[in-house]
Amino acid sequence: MDAAKEAAQPTPASPEAEAAHKPAPNMPQFTRDEDLHAYHEMLLIRRFEEKAGQLYGMGLIGGFCHLYIGQEAVVVGMQMAAEEGDQVITGYRDHGHMLACGMDPKGVMAELTGRRGGYSRGKGGSMHMFSREKQFFGGHGIVGAQVSLGTGLGFADAYRKNGKVSLTYMGDGAANQGQVYESFNMAALWKLPVVYVIENNRYAMGTSVARASAQTDFSKRGLSFGIPGESVDGMDVRTVREAAGRAIEHARSGQGPFILEMQTYRYRGHSMSDPAKYRTKDEVSKMRDEHDPIEMVRKRLLELHGVPEAEIKATDAKVREIVNASAEFATNDPEPDPSELWTDILLEARA
Amino acid sequence: MATDILMPALSPTMEEGKLAKWLKKVGDPVKSGDVLAEIETDKATMEVEAIDEGVLAKILVEEGTEGVAVNTPIAVIAEEGEDVEAAAAAGGKGAPKANGQDQDGQGAPTPDMQAEGQAKAPAPAAKTGEDAPRAPAAPAKISNTAQAPVMDEFPADTPMTTMTVREALRDAMAEEMRRDGDVFVMGEEVAEYQGAYKVTQGLLQEFGARRVVDTPITEHGFAGVGVGAALAGLKPIVEFMTFNFAMQAIDQIINSAAKTLYMSGGQLGCPIVFRGPNGAAARVAAQHSHDYAAWYSNVPGLKVIAPYTASDAKGLLKAAIRDPNPVIFLENEILYGQSFPVPQLDDFVLPIGKARVHRPGTDVTIVSFAIGMTYALKAAQALAEQGIEAEVIDLRTLRPMDTDTVVESVKKTGRCVTVEEGFPQSGVGAEIVARLMVDAFDYLDAPVLRITGKDVPMPYAANLEKLALPTVAEVVEAARSVCYK
Repeated sequence: MDAAKEAAQPTPASPEAEAAHKPAPNMPQFTRDEDLHAYHEMLLIRRFEEKAGQLYGMGLIGGFCHLYIGQEAVVVGMQMAAEEGDQVITGYRDHGHMLACGMDPKGVMAELTGRRGGYSRGKGGSMHMFSREKQFFGGHGIVGAQVSLGTGLGFADAYRKNGKVSLTYMGDGAANQGQVYESFNMAALWKLPVVYVIENNRYAMGTSVARASAQTDFSKRGLSFGIPGESVDGMDVRTVREAAGRAIEHARSGQGPFILEMQTYRYRGHSMSDPAKYRTKDEVSKMRDEHDPIEMVRKRLLELHGVPEAEIKATDAKVREIVNASAEFATNDPEPDPSELWTDILLEARA
Repeated sequence: MATDILMPALSPTMEEGKLAKWLKKVGDPVKSGDVLAEIETDKATMEVEAIDEGVLAKILVEEGTEGVAVNTPIAVIAEEGEDVEAAAAAGGKGAPKANGQDQDGQGAPTPDMQAEGQAKAPAPAAKTGEDAPRAPAAPAKISNTAQAPVMDEFPADTPMTTMTVREALRDAMAEEMRRDGDVFVMGEEVAEYQGAYKVTQGLLQEFGARRVVDTPITEHGFAGVGVGAALAGLKPIVEFMTFNFAMQAIDQIINSAAKTLYMSGGQLGCPIVFRGPNGAAARVAAQHSHDYAAWYSNVPGLKVIAPYTASDAKGLLKAAIRDPNPVIFLENEILYGQSFPVPQLDDFVLPIGKARVHRPGTDVTIVSFAIGMTYALKAAQALAEQGIEAEVIDLRTLRPMDTDTVVESVKKTGRCVTVEEGFPQSGVGAEIVARLMVDAFDYLDAPVLRITGKDVPMPYAANLEKLALPTVAEVVEAARSVCYK
């Protein structure tokens, strides 16, 4: 074991804890700081989404609102492996991706409530937010369309030879769209630096993977194009980051696209109006109790890294404060000026 | 019995070509599959193969001859054992006349022999054959030289050069690609094949495969890739082999390209051009003949351009490539081969969103765009002979639509007819009518009439196709009607 890896090994708080957290062979480990970071990031998404659900119930958020609760480890682990300047694009379940990209929770929440301080000045809503600064390209409401767009981001990277990678997310439902395979073909043909992240949360709206997919192993969906793929435990932020590191390196080094199937789970319904008749309550609670991505890290922090509970509670409080401030802002920020109706339709041509 | 070899058509829209080279000489034996000659059009070179066996008895069109009309006899083949001399004497008579006229004069416009300011008169042999079904659409070869200076778009003493719409589009792309390294072309057959309609001819050689990108047949996918690249700040020119195929991609055009700027609160522009032939060509039936002008012109967030002349094609395509917004650039296969004068300027860019008065007049306003202009101009000429001076307006851009130019004209004439090949319901003409109702109601002396394609999918049969398209006679009749004549 080299020095760097040795240094990365956590110091167990007790022999029992070491046994309880004994990694499976090759299971990647996080340092104390990495686990603290992951905990903070995932908790921020969780609390933000819970608050969004609450505001939706109060009628402050309209239309569609798709929550990311349960899937936090995917985007947080991916971002821990990404470099600054790598682009991110996803579908409509996108709040978590924005926060993980470093977008301001106030701007995201204010967009959800349709206020002028929202990222899209209130014109996009839950499914349509963007940040050029953070290289977050949306936020797309047509299932699967973001896959071709993300491939285009990779095309631009290759065209510019800038060494960046496009992280293109889709769900298990989107993975059945035709343009996904058109995109795979071009990405493989032109060796574009794209990592396709298929977030398999088991249900496309109410249709289970088994009822919609002839090939349920999504890591194999690029086989006929020669695109390598991996299935990853998407509930464990460590395995996510580990696989993401390999996939991103593959893409960045000019070897072309890579597919990561993230096996994950959404706790909430597809959208706010989902009665969830297609799965049992037991299934949901089993995932929550046994595989919760945040709880796993929390336990590691306490038991493996020996982080004092007070420190974790301080993080909890800090996250809650950020989220409350975003809700406060999003509730009090005024609606867009009526004149905004007519702006941002076309850009002025420069002479 | 002697057999005539006829000048073949390389494409549904080919009217004439050059007999470049004979590969057989008189007296040579010929068998099926032998290459007899090479012919050229402005977009391709093809070999003429024999399908009959015998002896080449006579060459009727010497090599190097230009403007040989399709179906003109070019050689005679004598059957084996037949007297070659007799066959040569007998041949070349049974073929369709090369210079036939459009019998009823009501069909699609035929080449205009009275064009003003025309740089190059078409060779007589290039006139429409009577069995060319849609009098190969025709391209009224009416130039815009007389009117252009009025528009002040370039100095009146600018030297002009004659070029086809195809060449103008190519030059526009090449000039913009030289100017800006972020501009690239992608689409099916744009690179090695040199363009399905040869619009991208030579671009691969000049700019290389990085910037002239052959895509697989994957419209939905490559449209999305193009939009994604544009969101990242590149300036793609996405060629559709025809806009009919863009239906596979229309989600990316509308939902991604047109709406993202608005949905991002102005953060994410999409500087992309979608271009390619739109509307009917000739004899290609319903799935290859749809005119989508009205569809795209319905969508906020897009600009839509549909030029008629080569000069507009060049100046507006350059503007489209520079524009920071998604631009739909509707070309027309039949117009590709038509020649017009184009100003010789280093950087000729036209403003998007400005109509052009192509022909001034006082009695009735005819508004059209793209290939519709061929009907409008022919009709104007016919009307002039009947003492009615029509003012013909070429919209050039459909979105944003230059209502002012149309309204100003209608204030003068009090009458208006619109012409387009697209369908009537919710068409471009319908939009013009609606705008005139609001903006020029008090100036109108008659209801505005629309001449459009018929409300049917485009049929294949030659006679039905002709019936489905607008005619010059319909435009003339409508114009007379609004003048109460």
